[in-house]
Amino acid sequence: MDMNEIKEIFFQECEEQLAELESGLLKLNDGDRDPETVNAVFRAVHSIKGGAGAFGLEELVAFAHVFETTLDCVRSNKLEPNQDVLKVMLRSADVLADLVTCSRDGGSVEESRTRGLVKELEALANGEAPPAAEAPKAAKPAAAPAATPTDDSGFQPIPFTFDGFGEEEDAVEQFTYEVTFKPARELYAKGNEAALLLRDLSRLGEMSIACDTDQLPALESMDPEASYFGWKISITTPKSEDEVRAVFEFAEWDCELEVKLAEVSADEELPMVPVPFDLSALDEEPAEIVEPQPKAVAAVEAVSSVAKAVNAAVEKKESAAAAAAAATQNNAVAAASSAGQTIRVDLDRVDRLINLVGELVINQAMLSQSVVENDTNGTSNINMGLEELQQLTREIQDSVMAIRAQPVKPVFQRMSRIVREVADMVGKQIRLVTEGENTEVDKTVIDKIAEPLTHMIRNAVDHGIESPEKREAAGKDPEGTIKLSAKHRSGRILIELIDDGGGINRERVKQKAIDNDLISPDANLSDEEIDNLIFAPGFSTADKISDISGRGVGMDVVKRSIQALGGRISISSRPGLGSTFTMSLPLTLAVLDGMVVTVAGQTLVVPLTAIVETLQPEASAIHSFGANQRLISIRNSFCPLVDVGRILNFRANQANPVEGVALLVESEGGGQRALMVDAIQGQRQVVIKSLEANYTHVPGIAAATILGDGRVALILDVDAVVGASRGQSLKPEMSLAAAG
Amino acid sequence: MKKKVLTVDDSRTIRNMLLVTLNNAGFETIQAEDGIEGLEVLEGCNPDVIVTDINMPRLDGFGFIEGVRRNDKYRAVPILVLTTESDAEKKNRARQAGATGWIVKPFDPAKLIDAIERVTA
Repeated sequence: MDMNEIKEIFFQECEEQLAELESGLLKLNDGDRDPETVNAVFRAVHSIKGGAGAFGLEELVAFAHVFETTLDCVRSNKLEPNQDVLKVMLRSADVLADLVTCSRDGGSVEESRTRGLVKELEALANGEAPPAAEAPKAAKPAAAPAATPTDDSGFQPIPFTFDGFGEEEDAVEQFTYEVTFKPARELYAKGNEAALLLRDLSRLGEMSIACDTDQLPALESMDPEASYFGWKISITTPKSEDEVRAVFEFAEWDCELEVKLAEVSADEELPMVPVPFDLSALDEEPAEIVEPQPKAVAAVEAVSSVAKAVNAAVEKKESAAAAAAAATQNNAVAAASSAGQTIRVDLDRVDRLINLVGELVINQAMLSQSVVENDTNGTSNINMGLEELQQLTREIQDSVMAIRAQPVKPVFQRMSRIVREVADMVGKQIRLVTEGENTEVDKTVIDKIAEPLTHMIRNAVDHGIESPEKREAAGKDPEGTIKLSAKHRSGRILIELIDDGGGINRERVKQKAIDNDLISPDANLSDEEIDNLIFAPGFSTADKISDISGRGVGMDVVKRSIQALGGRISISSRPGLGSTFTMSLPLTLAVLDGMVVTVAGQTLVVPLTAIVETLQPEASAIHSFGANQRLISIRNSFCPLVDVGRILNFRANQANPVEGVALLVESEGGGQRALMVDAIQGQRQVVIKSLEANYTHVPGIAAATILGDGRVALILDVDAVVGASRGQSLKPEMSLAAAG
Repeated sequence: MKKKVLTVDDSRTIRNMLLVTLNNAGFETIQAEDGIEGLEVLEGCNPDVIVTDINMPRLDGFGFIEGVRRNDKYRAVPILVLTTESDAEKKNRARQAGATGWIVKPFDPAKLIDAIERVTA
């Protein structure tokens, strides 16, 4: 793995942290005061800052730092996260997200925006915090993550690079320092080691060392964890006193340390024995360095026996540890893997697997078919085995599809930012409530749903919800609510967007449709049909196209995007109470449950989800209407009859409905149609193969598939066929039919 | 024998950087994502040195260090703390919890290896 890959991981992680940040802030906004929520928010920003620092993304670090400082005030209860504070923070989260995007894709965030927010954040941090402690921290120029400021305790990180030591030595002035070092027991308790510190010190220059063993008690009263030794070191080095002290950086609190420039002859005042400091001895046998020369024989013997005992113990521990290590390695691996419940897999691999499973499904279907053709009695083991194979294939397919399934949460979270921004822009107060964020759907669907959903949300904010004054006048809460929900329903995902705004202004919609020549002035439309006019191409209800809803992009584009996903969208609206947009989407774009039918000798697949029922028309139920329209009467209502073979130009003349089968389908406009086909072959799951990718778009055809016998069958685009049957216009034939 | 380093950090980015840096420097690296997992993994892995972050979910770095120091088997293992800035208060708390030393972020491979070599024989 190289740095670029890690950077990629960093940006992925940023996305997650940003999502975490936003959902945390929104929770706080809803009154959640769980410290863990605040912590999670803080951690998210902190984490982004940490990673950004490693990649030298200074702008990002700088902003994250200021943000983090303010969040820290919230965390330490110095700042109450009220609505105003959270508003700033939510906007900061947006800027942070933009900075991340810019760091990844290039470009830059408007400096004024960043600077303004930095000021606001700093004001928040300063306003509430005790000025002495917090102010300098917040005011600190944020772009200095690598700076090493001092603090009162003198506890400061000093970069400890040892580069270029040797070269300097001969050229520069040399100093001799007297260092007195007496560790406290805490030094050892914290995992520091006097010998290692002395080793580091020895690297600074020429040194001689003496060990003070005066405090060493008799063996029987010795505390194995106490610290008895002190050292007096004389070192000659070109380094400054601070640099010498820096060696003891980690140990400063846990020892007595004195560093001073040596007086001319300050050698032996104490009864100590100088020992030439031999670094190699340290690496071989750590106990040796603390072994003093004999002063009192008994004491020394005691010391060396202690040293030996320590050595022996260390060795024993080490060999035991080595043995244990091998055995426990597996445990560690097991522990690590049990803790991580997810793995990241390259999407290409998953797609390849899905493709292969698709082939498997086709292959299995072909196998089944040829066995059925050759094994007429149907009792052999092959048949039973095949049935099991079919089940297994189906299960494998479902499991593979589940790999691609993702919760809709990220998309929903993005929407809350859009609501916020657009509401600010148009001066409305709007709350976004989300539900069922954990509903899972295929990743492709998630990726493709974001854009139409964004557009709908913008529309809902811009046109759906009224201004606070208007709402108050109507006796409503000045703050509007938009609810976005997702749930599974009968093998599809249902996404609802509900606003409590003014609802569709039907008079205006109808007038607009008439003005735009979408309907004839005398059309008699049901409320539902009027509402659905907003999806008609070239329809826009806003009197003037605003920035927010985009230029010339109407709900018809939204509808087309949804349909391209094999989905449907509809609207229901209640004047004064709001509108509900309902989108129903397939859970996957890879397979489809279809009805296999024959039309003029061709095999077609009709998506099962579109079919309401199938029926065998009787001659008496067929009525002619106009020049070449026909209606079928079903349970006392009339439904236009669509000859699929005619629409697709499979044949020149209309087929006789009585000889075929009618598929009653639900079309997007809310009305029903009866599709005429010649015969039904059966129902089966098919693997969708894109026609566009392999050939070109064919009107009326959604995609293709390969059947069990190896033949290619086209999948019917029901809505396109229905649309073609009415010449892509909304001329009121439909309502007449409904009225009839 | 390779020296073994246990790293505890909740950031996937930092974990990967630690992994790459330490492996390149010839260390054996074992990783955990938070304090709780760190303590779990510790039991089997017998590290020569531990590198831990402070801000983590479930159990933060302070709690983790205290946990290690309470464990008779590992209480003498050197622990280095990754801190983002020179936050004296944070470092002090880490020290009180039993940290051996610290590494100041932004993450710098050379600094990390230096600090590890300082506290290990």
